[in-house]
Amino acid sequence: MSGYTVEYIQEKLKKELNPIHLEVVDLSDGCGAKFSVLVVSEKFEGKPLLAQHRMVNGCLDEEMKKIHALTIKTMKPTQWEKQNTT
Amino acid sequence: MAAFVLQKLASKVLRHNPAPFCVATKLRSFSEQKAQWTNERIDEVVKKDKVVVFMKGIPEQPMCGFSNVVVQILGMHGVDVYGNYNVLEDEGLRQGVKEYSSWPTIPQVYIGGEFLGGCDIMMQMHQNGELIEELQKVGIRSLLLDKAEEDKKNS
Repeated sequence: MSGYTVEYIQEKLKKELNPIHLEVVDLSDGCGAKFSVLVVSEKFEGKPLLAQHRMVNGCLDEEMKKIHALTIKTMKPTQWEKQNTT
Repeated sequence: MAAFVLQKLASKVLRHNPAPFCVATKLRSFSEQKAQWTNERIDEVVKKDKVVVFMKGIPEQPMCGFSNVVVQILGMHGVDVYGNYNVLEDEGLRQGVKEYSSWPTIPQVYIGGEFLGGCDIMMQMHQNGELIEELQKVGIRSLLLDKAEEDKKNS
């Protein structure tokens, strides 16, 4: 149990990555041990996947010490729009 | 202790029946664990094989769902032989490799000596085809390319 809530993670990611779309799911039934996040942000533009994931990890640097697992999916706005239209 | 380890290895070999050279590989990695995992040493290890995975458990028996995903994805591309290191057997390695790559979680995949990512990145690159290209860069032809060609012929 990490004590971190979905709202807390959301706020933190919003502040640093300014996403146009954000999904945070607690996969540990509210225990705050396992989260899954989807971040769509313009800040990812021109950056390789690894760099994008590093940005998300960087936001949650301190929290990662307590969170057991974090599943990350990142997209650029163009990729996100493409996925939603098909 | 050594005899016990040998016995354990022997039973694993019998159970999974892999090629005999596996025994030598495992013994070598066991003795290596005695030394400290400095960045230089990890650097050597990730460059030793074209594909290197730091994981929980071993490819024949992953001890974590995320490590299992990595093993399964590599298997789909026909990559069955690669450098693999079980961080559960070595706390120093577990911490050392996280610092080496500045990446907070295990598993970690390295191709051509470069850190590629963890489970999510492997999955995303598998889905968008980039993994095939990454393997190609180090001279590994993905099995999925052969399958795609076969499908073309048959259709």
